[in-house]
Amino acid sequence: MQITFKKRGSTLTALLEGELDQHCASELRSAIDTAVRSEGNIEILLLDLGRVSFMDSSGIGVILGRYKLMRKLGGELAIANAQPQVEKLLKLSGVYALLDAKRREKASE
Amino acid sequence: MIKLEFLSLSKNESFARAAAAAFIAPLDPTIEELADVRTAVSEAVTNAVIHGYRNGLGNVMMELTLKGRLFTVRVEDKGCGIEDIELAMKPFYTTGNRSERSGMGFAVMAAFMDKLKVESKLGSGTTVIMEKLIAKPLESEQNE
Repeated sequence: MQITFKKRGSTLTALLEGELDQHCASELRSAIDTAVRSEGNIEILLLDLGRVSFMDSSGIGVILGRYKLMRKLGGELAIANAQPQVEKLLKLSGVYALLDAKRREKASE
Repeated sequence: MIKLEFLSLSKNESFARAAAAAFIAPLDPTIEELADVRTAVSEAVTNAVIHGYRNGLGNVMMELTLKGRLFTVRVEDKGCGIEDIELAMKPFYTTGNRSERSGMGFAVMAAFMDKLKVESKLGSGTTVIMEKLIAKPLESEQNE
């Protein structure tokens, strides 16, 4: 798994590439957390999954953990460009529902 | 039938799912069927590695069978076993770090395969058996 970071304003994009399973989960987790904390003032963490060719529920764990981190920091997590297999998993595990609920919560504030 | 035995190392998860994908490839599965099988096998092997052997070392046995177009995969570990299978299979339940583990492993296996059976004995290990019928390609697709 490869990871590239891009920062634009207060949005930090993490472009993930390769297969996301338990083997690379902890490395990925600490790379993202280090980037978020060291950049500072990140309001949106965008996980670009366009080049993730495989993901299992270990990836869901990584996403949920980053969602909690961003909430703790007062920011938001967003997901983009998931491939069909990854999309199916995100829907099944309720990740989209969670992110949408957060968006609705924000809109009603 | 093919039998594989490998060490419970997380790097072997990708080997296991690639082997299962290669095993069903002659049936000309759809991209979705292939992805479903890879994902379910990855979940079962990950469970053996992190829960069965609790990240310690042991052997994971994987058996792949085809009866016509019915694919069966059996993933077995000789690890610590599951105390309460029903509870372990509940979505979002995890014995691991709650903030970093989704607790979705069994739910994914059940959703992506046609049948899921879990046998476990505390202190002796766990066996996961999954089945999936690989649909016959349509004639129009075969002629392409």
